Amino acid sequence: MSDPISVAGDGALRLVSLYKRFGPVAAVDGIDLTIPSGSFFALLGPSGCGKTTTLRMVAGLEEPTSGRILIGDVDLAGQKPYRRPVNTVFQNYALFPHLDVFQNVAFGLRRRGVRDVAAQVEQMLAMVELSGYEGRRPAQLSGGQQQRVAVARALINNPSVLLLDEPLGALDLKLRRQMQLELKRIQADVGTTFVHVTHDQEEAMTMADTVAVMNSGRIEQLGSPVELYERPRTTFVANFLGQSNLIDGTVESRDGDLAIVAVPGGRLAVHMDRMPDTDQVHVGVRPEKLNLTPADQVSGTASQRNRLAAVVTESRFIGVSTEYAVRTDAGLQLTAFVQNAGRHQPMAPGAEVEVSWDPAHTFALDVRQAADAGLDPAGAAL
Amino acid sequence: MSAPTAQPPGLVHPGLPTPPPPPPRLRSRRLPYLLLLPALAWLAIFFVVPTITLFSTSLQTGSIYEGYALTFSFSNYLDAWSRFWPQMLRSLLYAGAATVLALLIAYPLAYTMAFKAGRWRNVLLILVIAPFFTSFLIRTLAWKTILADNGIVVEVLNALRITDVLSAIGLTTDDRILATPLAVITGLTYNFLPFMILPLYATLERLDVRLIEAASDLYASPFAAFRKITLPLSMPGLVAGTLLTFIPACGDYINAQLLGSMPATAMIGNVIDAQFLRVLAYPTAAALSFTLMVGVVAIVSMYVRRAGTERLL
Repeated sequence: MSDPISVAGDGALRLVSLYKRFGPVAAVDGIDLTIPSGSFFALLGPSGCGKTTTLRMVAGLEEPTSGRILIGDVDLAGQKPYRRPVNTVFQNYALFPHLDVFQNVAFGLRRRGVRDVAAQVEQMLAMVELSGYEGRRPAQLSGGQQQRVAVARALINNPSVLLLDEPLGALDLKLRRQMQLELKRIQADVGTTFVHVTHDQEEAMTMADTVAVMNSGRIEQLGSPVELYERPRTTFVANFLGQSNLIDGTVESRDGDLAIVAVPGGRLAVHMDRMPDTDQVHVGVRPEKLNLTPADQVSGTASQRNRLAAVVTESRFIGVSTEYAVRTDAGLQLTAFVQNAGRHQPMAPGAEVEVSWDPAHTFALDVRQAADAGLDPAGAAL
Repeated sequence: MSAPTAQPPGLVHPGLPTPPPPPPRLRSRRLPYLLLLPALAWLAIFFVVPTITLFSTSLQTGSIYEGYALTFSFSNYLDAWSRFWPQMLRSLLYAGAATVLALLIAYPLAYTMAFKAGRWRNVLLILVIAPFFTSFLIRTLAWKTILADNGIVVEVLNALRITDVLSAIGLTTDDRILATPLAVITGLTYNFLPFMILPLYATLERLDVRLIEAASDLYASPFAAFRKITLPLSMPGLVAGTLLTFIPACGDYINAQLLGSMPATAMIGNVIDAQFLRVLAYPTAAALSFTLMVGVVAIVSMYVRRAGTERLL
């Protein structure tokens, strides 16, 4: 029997210059992070980026090579996992196969010598909508039900931080969507800090208040989903979260609010607060921000929009939208998503169009970063 | 057994749709029985028939000179039990002690092999199996040298005064080990140890380490995690290992013969051996064999029920 150490201070989880090396490989390469108490936080990144290792260090299942892990004012480094006030929902759940649902959920309470666990277990099972399943073995449950048991088994201990390691990875798409909302509801109900590790950008953006995008053991960018999506600061984030069109250009002028960047075949305006200091930049814009106007319907050049003349090379009907590939007159390949809102006339390959978008939706990134960072090697969007 | 077959075409009424073709799975339904056939034949010839013969022999009376006749006399059993119950009891005790010792040695080893050995895992596995490359008899005879009166084991135990303790509890006599119960139990433990290690290793190796991590995450100390997760989940291997050790150890007579001293350490196997091959009292030997068989089955089924392995997974 071992009681978890109690937490003092604001209850926030702080990672201070955290490193983890496996031999010559730096799995976690210097992370500094503060996760406020009560937030739903996502660590997002491709496999091998160090997100799970980070989580396991918080849980105490890996020892950091250096750095500190604090909850409130208490340093957890060196504490055994069974002494830490955190609980984990494991990938593939790791439910105890020889124990029934009740015993699985009661496990943590019993190890701490809590009496009268029955009422608490019942309450917890009611919250995850599994009342009546007490006597079932994990093997007799569906994937979604096992997932709920795993959440209940962890949450019943009232941890300061709940760690979720790819908790929805084993579920099919429909069930995953449903469980995303379910987890969000549970988090809102209990108010516990959730730290959610995932490689699924949609999952991270749907669920989390704050997302940290990780790449090669470091945090690339941290912010709200909207912030990350609308104002990516690195090509990795621009490509990993959704898709981006990146166009190489040279800064021509910086004048007041707007910078003008010369790109092949035209000039593009970018708001100054979205510009890096360098003169060589990638100008970026999200595919759904692009407007395609048939060349013969272009009406003047009065409004302040970024414009490029192009030819449609490919069109794919997706359902809610149509995805176009266009080639500008200067040979740039761009992708545009156009909503199928009824007004839109489908354009066939070969159609001449004007591509235009609002400078407010434009961002620029330091050209020294690889333009294909964060892209799936297969070329498809993640 | 006749299988439904398609009707000949002439019988089909022209106005009716043609009957469905015979289920194509017919062959595969018979297949399991075909596959079982060799094993069933083996069991019938080498288990069922001998068991019946043994049982019928145990109910015969007569003598080797006049011949034996089946008289359905249970007196053989009463006679055998009253004369040889000490050897029967001794067999259970020795086999039980050897099983417990083998478990105590095998579990830590299997655990280490499964979880801690890393690249040494296969080396250890080979070391466990390697003794099988020498004959059972030779390996047992080797223990005569190891436990010899002027051997190093006896000298060390004597020097440490451990033989005094062992003598006090009746395991050894006169500061020697050979020809004592301890030697027989040692031999049994040694000879059946691999049968304990291998099933234990097989279950532990399959155990998902994340379950232990999950237990640790849920406030279980390493000991609690072992008691609540590792041990219960390794029960199938533990039960298989104890049975594979206990059952053959009960009927063994080589260890008692080579390492023990007759009649002080005689086990039931030695008695059956003598009754069958030297005294030629076949009914008594058969009654003892049958008693041993039924007794072991009874003990094993009680044990399996207590261990509750049928509830696992």
